[in-house]
Amino acid sequence: MTELLYRQLGLTDDEYQRVCDTLGREPNRNELAMYSVMWSEHCSYKSSRVHLRKLPTEGPQVLVGPGSDAGAVDIGDGMAAVFKIESHSHPSAIEPFQGAATGVGGIVRDIVSMGARPIASLDPLHFGPLTDARNRWIFEGVVAGIGQYGNSIGVPTVGGEISFAEPHTANPAINVMCLGIAPADRLIPSRSDTEGNLLVLIGATTGRDGIGGVSVLASATIEEGSEENRPSVQIGDPFTEKLVIEACLELIEGDLLAGLQDLGGAGLTCAVSETAASGGMGAEIDLDLVPKREAGLEAFEVLTSESQERMLAIVEPAKLDAVLEICRRWGLLTAVIGKAVPGGRVTARMDGEIVVDVPARSLADEGPLYERPMQAPDRARPSASDPTKRDIDVREAFLRVLGAPNIASKRWVHEQYDSLVQAGTVVGPGADAAIIRVPGTQKGVALSSDGNGRYGSLDPYLGAAHAVAEAARNVAATGAKPLAITNCMNFGNPERPEVMWQFAEAVRGMSDACLAFDTPVTGGNVSFYNESGDSAIWPTPVIGMLGLIDDYHLVVRTGFAGEGHGIYLLGETAAEFGGSEFAEVVLGEIAGTPPALGLAREHSLHELLIDAAAKGLLASSHDCSDGGLAVTLAECSMASGLGFDVALPGDLHPLEALFSESASRAVVTATPENAGALESLFDGAGVTWLLIGVTKGLEMKFAGVFSIDIEEVRSTYEDAIPALLEGRSA
Amino acid sequence: MTKVGVITFPGSNDDRDALHAVELLGGEPVSLWHADADLHGVDAVILPGGFSYGDYLRTGALARFAPALASVRDFAERGGPVLGICNGFQILCESGLLPGALIRNRSLRFICCWVDIRVESTDALITQDLRAGDVLRIPVKHGEGQWVASEDEVKRVEDEGLVAFRYCGPDGSIDDEHNVNGSVGNIAGLRNARGNVAGLMPHPEHAVDADLGPTGGKPLLAALIAHALESVG
Repeated sequence: MTELLYRQLGLTDDEYQRVCDTLGREPNRNELAMYSVMWSEHCSYKSSRVHLRKLPTEGPQVLVGPGSDAGAVDIGDGMAAVFKIESHSHPSAIEPFQGAATGVGGIVRDIVSMGARPIASLDPLHFGPLTDARNRWIFEGVVAGIGQYGNSIGVPTVGGEISFAEPHTANPAINVMCLGIAPADRLIPSRSDTEGNLLVLIGATTGRDGIGGVSVLASATIEEGSEENRPSVQIGDPFTEKLVIEACLELIEGDLLAGLQDLGGAGLTCAVSETAASGGMGAEIDLDLVPKREAGLEAFEVLTSESQERMLAIVEPAKLDAVLEICRRWGLLTAVIGKAVPGGRVTARMDGEIVVDVPARSLADEGPLYERPMQAPDRARPSASDPTKRDIDVREAFLRVLGAPNIASKRWVHEQYDSLVQAGTVVGPGADAAIIRVPGTQKGVALSSDGNGRYGSLDPYLGAAHAVAEAARNVAATGAKPLAITNCMNFGNPERPEVMWQFAEAVRGMSDACLAFDTPVTGGNVSFYNESGDSAIWPTPVIGMLGLIDDYHLVVRTGFAGEGHGIYLLGETAAEFGGSEFAEVVLGEIAGTPPALGLAREHSLHELLIDAAAKGLLASSHDCSDGGLAVTLAECSMASGLGFDVALPGDLHPLEALFSESASRAVVTATPENAGALESLFDGAGVTWLLIGVTKGLEMKFAGVFSIDIEEVRSTYEDAIPALLEGRSA
Repeated sequence: MTKVGVITFPGSNDDRDALHAVELLGGEPVSLWHADADLHGVDAVILPGGFSYGDYLRTGALARFAPALASVRDFAERGGPVLGICNGFQILCESGLLPGALIRNRSLRFICCWVDIRVESTDALITQDLRAGDVLRIPVKHGEGQWVASEDEVKRVEDEGLVAFRYCGPDGSIDDEHNVNGSVGNIAGLRNARGNVAGLMPHPEHAVDADLGPTGGKPLLAALIAHALESVG
């Protein structure tokens, strides 16, 4: 019977044997359930760890690196920015609203469990095309779920890119990112290291929801009939989450906690074993003391339930009364469920009997580790065609690209998010990077999330490097200095050698780019098994970049800021259409290779943008990426309602000048008074630059090519997504 | 200095922002707690935005039973200034201090955006320094902000001039296009007959700091602070 059970729970024969060897006996049913969740791909990173090790993770700015609930970066004045990204793709694929909502809940608790107040969220989302009814259902449900949960807990949602691609039809990539702020000396460890300290469960009751969420759901592919796994999706209660946040922050402020960890994937099993293992302790818990949602829960259910809105606090006995009083004041349920004991074993009792007795480290740290086979695909990618040889109307192509769902306005989404609460949002959704001011200071934290699956599908190394470069460029475009990243690796089935090769390549690309920009990796998440049948998602590493600007009053915005400002194109443009938005939308192809990326050149551009912003020389600034120069100029123009008159670089075909996605470029403007100083700065930085025109009037004018009213472009840009949702043609 | 109390209910989100705004505008912010019937001698009370009690049952429906709210009712009856913002407006309607009710937006979706509102009545404490027709730029963020009432009630509210604000275009024009949530008569906010109690769906506390955007909320909160001491009977 047991043999069948371990396979059902997702353990292999070898892994089961390893459990038996660890224990010196066969595990009982409860222990088996615990190993199956802790050794799942989602919790143990068994396929990815050998690769992730190669990432750069150190730097003077890093206060807490990978391995904690979230990373932490020094932002000066004794403050830490705490941030982390996670995926909630599998639950969202089968129950979009709750899947996405509980994703937000989980990442927010990760930030709180570090001792930080969550001050902003970003949600990078990748869906299948909205022409499909089921994709619309997923899209609307995910957005509503994020909105409902994030809005209810009072954490502003300030950005996150949204894209659409066929491979996401069955497998949306739903990533959630959160930023918190805390005094650096008050970060709380997720550790139980003192004998006799009490384990206090705070928050919601424990029920049967989310059992096996990390194993049968998150660590397996989505197939026909996956809807039957809906009970593995957790149900969110943002009201309780809000109380948990406020109570925990009050406990931390009162110096009442020795440790804190949220209950997320793998529930109580994970929280108890990880806190014990990292503190070199064991733990004794009594499952009868866990507040339950219903009678009759079995031990393994209590141990692996992923019921939301629960935290495990490690409390010195002398401080228990104060802890309970604060939780009572916030109307929260609390229960002392056990204590830290020496010896390193986790034991659990139920009905007076010992039902679990295992080494904590064997669950948390000593899971299997795989070097899975890797194989580059042998099929040749079709080469990209040359659009300049074709008869393409430039004006029409311009409108098609601006109205493509990947490029078009995401206002329909952003307006469903409260982006203002906490009164810190200097720049909100829809910009290159969001800027959140640090309470009580002039500082601003910049946040951007970027991932480009299309580039990744053509070259996973370049796809990842581009994602880091674009995220850093977005941050630098505002004037903030990129400091560190968190990452969410969205991939297919790691048991397939091609997927594993993609993963290794992406890690290599990310690593090279992070080293070049001095933006170490502070943590992240790996989401494998994003495939159905033989169709996997494109390799999509999503990069969450965190930056800092010393004075948020100096933040430079996207929109043109006044008439008669010189418009400069920074960087070099070549005919690079591989994987571009134009190639997909106008040529109908995803082919060739992504644009080349010179990391040193890219870094010089970042430094230049930051320097020019600090000197106050930029009137506006915008990164040039998806959709090329055409989209960049149009966005600058629509952001402020001010037009432009530009002459495209003469040595290029207009299609190349407008739609090539050559990397390491930006468009900035300057007032006539600042033009001279800015041009000297360009020359000194060794960045290629070209004065291409001037801000002017109410139309977008590409001299000698075409002109168009801003409002005509705006209506295409704004209406594209609402039209798709309403089944109209835009 | 005018002491402005902000009541924190379980699930309040904009309470800290309201306290911050009061401080920024020169008032003395006082944090009040839903379970505490003592208003600690404040000169004005703000019921802040958020999702008190998770919006469970109905928005604002549970908050009206809070001990602090009984005191707010007495305070308002004595002429004390009370301002309900968003969820606070919903609570005022639920508790009968203002007429009508707030239901789900016409779009059935949450909406967060900047809107323009036109000052209709200057007989509210918070609008007395403005002129009828003034247009204020201010954000909304709500899922249930569509104000409705029975026909008779709407007529009474209009006849008695209790409409404090309407959603409008940038030039002050009242039309359906700018009715962000479908409220009857574009109504964005109301006052009581005496003028000491007012409520609105838009968030003045999020429109006071030029570093973050337009400042259409500033005159409303500034008036609350400036005139609170004159008001308590």
